Amino acid sequence: MIALLQRDLRLAFRAGGGFGLGLAFFLMVAVLVPLGVGPEGALLARIAPGILWVGALLACLLSLDRMFALDFEDGALDLMAVSPLPLEGVVAMKALAHWLVTGLPLVLIAPVLGLLLSLAPGGYFWLLASLFLGTPALSLIGGFGAALTVGLKRGGLILSLIVLPMYVPSLIFGAEAVRRGAVGGDAVVPLLLLAAISLGSVAILPFAAAAALRANLK
Amino acid sequence: MLQVHDLAVSRGGLTVLEGLGFALRPSDLLVLRGPNGVGKTTVLRTLAGLQPALRGQILANPDQITYSGHADGIKATLTVGENLGFWAAVHGHSAIDPAISAMNLTALRARRAADLSAGQKRRLGLARLLVTGRKIWLMDEPTVSLDAASVALFGAMLRGHLAQGGAAIVATHIDLGLPEARMLDLTPFKAAATRQGAFDEAFA
Repeated sequence: MIALLQRDLRLAFRAGGGFGLGLAFFLMVAVLVPLGVGPEGALLARIAPGILWVGALLACLLSLDRMFALDFEDGALDLMAVSPLPLEGVVAMKALAHWLVTGLPLVLIAPVLGLLLSLAPGGYFWLLASLFLGTPALSLIGGFGAALTVGLKRGGLILSLIVLPMYVPSLIFGAEAVRRGAVGGDAVVPLLLLAAISLGSVAILPFAAAAALRANLK
Repeated sequence: MLQVHDLAVSRGGLTVLEGLGFALRPSDLLVLRGPNGVGKTTVLRTLAGLQPALRGQILANPDQITYSGHADGIKATLTVGENLGFWAAVHGHSAIDPAISAMNLTALRARRAADLSAGQKRRLGLARLLVTGRKIWLMDEPTVSLDAASVALFGAMLRGHLAQGGAAIVATHIDLGLPEARMLDLTPFKAAATRQGAFDEAFA
């Protein structure tokens, strides 16, 4: 399974692998919103938590359809299903690779973008913490959606429609944690709920996604 | 090693073959024959466990089976060695040199798979069978886009596998040049057309 993780990371960093796609999108959102909304710092600071979380969420969504589709098209998914790798493990490793390539860079760059959106000083820790705890769920939920739609040509639209509603709880709790942190309130409760969503996703979704893959390989 | 009793398989919701039965012993090579669409690929995918059988029994250890389909699962941005190394690692092995030399890929080892010709890609796909270390090879049209020399190379590899107690089922249209191969024509097992009994009721 480590071999699969290594291969996916290697593929992501080679030409055309899609590394940086989500990062560039996230950057564009954070740069363009102040230009669109205007330079008023108080307004920007108020919407910053929401904008940052929406941006991170959409950036994650951008590369989801590649998670299984490429391996499905070139037959590698069939061969993995016949190999000793459990499909649950395949899903978990692919979601982990997606998180390392897309989610983790978003977490790391978010404080810089918070500066662009004049996020209040108290919010930075909670921004980092909430994205760090929340983005794994985005990758796993996305992996489940990608597994459901793997057989479809141009499945990106239906994938977004399936995945976005499931992203909503993460978005609400994540943005709420940052907002409360920024105004000095108690941000621990939304953060814990966010962590609960991620842990629940880790526990359940690899099995659900593997079942979906099995059905789609038939 | 592999026994099949009264197997029925379906594709796209239609039964394509039924009553299929055969046994595969070590060192056996079974060649599936039949016109396009008769269900060769479907049988192989069913035996590989990629789709469920409609009826019947397949007695085999799934951990001994590997499959090679129309697509080779090759990643264009990885080199030949990296592609093969991945599949070897997945199957818990690390040695890829015997497979590389068996399919004459030594000179291409460091080349990106994107720069391979169709026949070279196929050779890489076939070399993957060797690094799995599994006993039963299920192969779907393995010789597509291979030239005569490569078909001979493939024949030698297959013969080596059989000599080591392996077995293989190959769906192919061409003569592999292996006299020990047992032919199995799938045409007689073609499922009878579904009875149109409901037609009159619907239009009465």
